[in-house]
Amino acid sequence: MRQVESDMPAATDQAAKVAPLVVKDVSKVYKARGAAGKFTAVDDVSFTIAPGAAVSLVGASGSGKSTIAKMITGSERPTSGSIRFGEVAVEGLHAGGLRKYHSRVQMVFQDPYAALNPLHTVEYTVMRPCLNLLGMSGAKARERVHELLEIVGLTPAKQYAGKLPHQLSGGQRQRVVIARALACDPELIVADEPVSMLDVSLRAGILKLLAELRSKRGLSLLYITHDLLGARVISDEILVLNQGKVVERGATKQVLQHPKHEYTVQLLDAVATPFVADGTNPGG
Amino acid sequence: MAALLEVEGVNVVYEPNRGQRIWSVRDVDLSLKQGEFVGLVGESGCGKSTLGFALTRMLRPPGRLENGAIRFDGVDISTLTGEKLRRMRRNGFAIVLQSGMNALNPVRSVEHHFGDILRAHAQDGENYSRAAIKRRGAELLGKVGLDAAVLSRFPHELSGGMRQRVSIALVLALEPKLIVFDEPTTALDVIVQKAVMQTIKDLQRENGFTAILISHDLGIVLEATDRVLVMYAGRVVEDQPSDDLVRGPHHPYTEALLKCYADPRADEIHLEGIPGVPPDLSLPQGGCSYAPRCPLAIDVCRKVDPPLAPLGQGLAACHVRAPAAGVAKT
Repeated sequence: MRQVESDMPAATDQAAKVAPLVVKDVSKVYKARGAAGKFTAVDDVSFTIAPGAAVSLVGASGSGKSTIAKMITGSERPTSGSIRFGEVAVEGLHAGGLRKYHSRVQMVFQDPYAALNPLHTVEYTVMRPCLNLLGMSGAKARERVHELLEIVGLTPAKQYAGKLPHQLSGGQRQRVVIARALACDPELIVADEPVSMLDVSLRAGILKLLAELRSKRGLSLLYITHDLLGARVISDEILVLNQGKVVERGATKQVLQHPKHEYTVQLLDAVATPFVADGTNPGG
Repeated sequence: MAALLEVEGVNVVYEPNRGQRIWSVRDVDLSLKQGEFVGLVGESGCGKSTLGFALTRMLRPPGRLENGAIRFDGVDISTLTGEKLRRMRRNGFAIVLQSGMNALNPVRSVEHHFGDILRAHAQDGENYSRAAIKRRGAELLGKVGLDAAVLSRFPHELSGGMRQRVSIALVLALEPKLIVFDEPTTALDVIVQKAVMQTIKDLQRENGFTAILISHDLGIVLEATDRVLVMYAGRVVEDQPSDDLVRGPHHPYTEALLKCYADPRADEIHLEGIPGVPPDLSLPQGGCSYAPRCPLAIDVCRKVDPPLAPLGQGLAACHVRAPAAGVAKT
């Protein structure tokens, strides 16, 4: 059982504990029932997330980015290739090992309306990982829930703990989802389109929160999105996926400013910005 | 040019429980010219979809039109019911729903959907045979960039973007003069979103219908529309031609919305969200609803709700930016 400090550990201590994630030559082939044949969702993808780094996976629907997330969190197994988190071979994990692994790697889902049980209070939801994965006592877990809610900006925590999901806005729900992911003090957070269901006005707040968690707690982040602006704000490295293949990769700013692959250009062109073509900034 | 749609003093109230009244749309006036493409923008819960529903008479209890007039083509449709309302819908006004992609019947083919809509609104002497429906369906699908083969498909066989295109084709079937698009691309990924928006723009240009695009995404709205209405807490707080709004937003809320965007290619990026939450619309609004979140708020903002006053090429409801005559400045 890993020790959980009641206060936020200093970035340096935490960074030392975080393991690197190494994804090597990973492919995922889905077999269709009957004669139809095979569909390659992920095709020979390799990348590394260094301790405390943030990497973005970008691509349109069907590019395989969520399949990669599922393989990293252990809910799908790669057809070939390996995923190492520190010493752990993720593709070979079963029940007990997977459970232990989930206290180190957590996920933030796309749809905060679907990711929370509508019948349970915020406190109950955020408490579950404390009880199940960390084996805390009820009183201790409750204390931790309040700390977590404060960390994700749901202050005062007392006011939010007893609420049910329908009493919260989309942005507040996503903060609850993030608090739940943080509950067991994970080393890596996989965020699958965490802002695409939210109003534009709330996105910046959630992105800032994720960036802040990364810098303060030293955890690594895999950010999965089709929103290039979010990728730019949050990550140092970017991988552009198309039909399961990595078509371009590099430092985020470099790739977005000087895209080489046609598909990256297409993604960039599709970004709807109110900025006029000549680059005039309406704000200034 | 005559106004196709004239709206005066529209208020919509939701009454979910006895004694609870939520003022979702408050005192909205607007006038749409024939062929105009207008955007309606605001955060979740600002009343933009409710207003779209009210304008197309789609409101269902517990929501209802409290008062106000909606004149479509010279006829007040706000009190029409039954057959009269149905006749107005024919060649009149239509709405593409936000969940339009899920609005299709999963156990019916696309062709069946066309048959349903064409037969239901067939006028005297019109008779739609299966062949006629196929012909018309294929023609409409062609307009939204889909192959005629889609007619025999079922919704689950189509991608999200294709389903949304089918919903748009269905709306076009009756050649409406006004189409309200309620978040038509929200659930789609960026590349598909861009393609669907392009189709909507092209159709609007070719067919000349009047359109209202409802979205929380100011970026999409500004790319498509001629004019933008910004809504906050049930009221229209700014009304400007799109080009002017990009260069000079009037209302502090619009300004804050614009700051939520940046070009991902820029050298430096400063993204700002809008802190705070919109007000509870079940409580009476004293003063400007945006005042608690507004960096420019002065005393009068907390006391008097600013009227929508002329400013530049448009209108704005702001004591600081567009001081209206008769309201004390301090």
